[in-house]
Amino acid sequence: MPNTYQVISSVTVGSGGAANIQFTSIPQTYTDLILQVSARTDEAGANWSEGRITFNGSSSGYTNRYVLGTGSATSSGSVGTAYVYGGRGTAAAATSSTFSNSYIYIPNYASSNNKSISTDEVTENNATAALAFFNAGLWSNSAAITSITITPNTGNFVQYSTAVLYGIKNS
Amino acid sequence: MAAGATYFPIATTTLGSNQTNITFSAISGSYTDLILISHYASQLNNYNFFIRFNSDTGNNYSSTTLAGSPSGATSAMLSNYSNVLLTQYVGAGTSLTYPGDTIAHIMNYSNTTTYKTVLARDNAVKNDGAMQTGATVGLWRNTAAITSITIGTNSGYLVSGTTATLYGIEYA
Repeated sequence: MPNTYQVISSVTVGSGGAANIQFTSIPQTYTDLILQVSARTDEAGANWSEGRITFNGSSSGYTNRYVLGTGSATSSGSVGTAYVYGGRGTAAAATSSTFSNSYIYIPNYASSNNKSISTDEVTENNATAALAFFNAGLWSNSAAITSITITPNTGNFVQYSTAVLYGIKNS
Repeated sequence: MAAGATYFPIATTTLGSNQTNITFSAISGSYTDLILISHYASQLNNYNFFIRFNSDTGNNYSSTTLAGSPSGATSAMLSNYSNVLLTQYVGAGTSLTYPGDTIAHIMNYSNTTTYKTVLARDNAVKNDGAMQTGATVGLWRNTAAITSITIGTNSGYLVSGTTATLYGIEYA
């Protein structure tokens, strides 16, 4: 039986923290990509830090539509930005030792069509400030994705934050 | 998920022409769960993507959705319906330039004791506010093992170039 869910690369942030997490030289031999992130940042006074994903070093052509729930409210918005949402981390005000989880699916990443990105994120906290977040992302660019950068909107990723990039093959 | 030989591509389809639906049939019962990945576009800009099992067109399905759309954050429930209906898309997903995506997990699909459930994430992208995102839980009130899956839109057709892949997941 073929192994079609393969680890391409993984990153674990060290003791000094990291301003971002990068995957480069992504092979073009898969059908889809899955990126799974468990993260926390040092952003002071915040329960979570927005995660921002860019491809191939580009900072243009991105659009987002999200729906979120905080435990007490829901909302939806559409944002044209310099990134797509993904890789959100819990932050310094969140319960200690809690890290976020993000599941990001990128179909047809090597195609010449625009790229669609599906993001599911949670920052559970055993407190009132928690978040569940679903996002549809678009990168309007025909280039194959060869690199991915995840950056918190404020602060740095702290030690033990992890990101794993998987490749999926349909044959 | 540990990397291993447990994520098996059962079948994949790329439409060479416009079609009303895609069916995966004769699905082996040898896996634990199924995952269906679809990357598609619809003829119409106001449609729902649906999933149906074993060609059952009876009103034996129900679903609950959470969606983010130009209408805001919404939730809806359908009972006694003829398929598992995912989020409705308006003004997005009509071209593979701005496609729709569905990632559906179908758990314990081959048992013959319980009704079958599906968890799905679906998105339709566009470079304006018409983008939409949603999550759906669906139920098929039938204890039969799932041996075929049909996906499509409830109006119009899936355009040429639409792709769908069915994966089987084994726990061991």
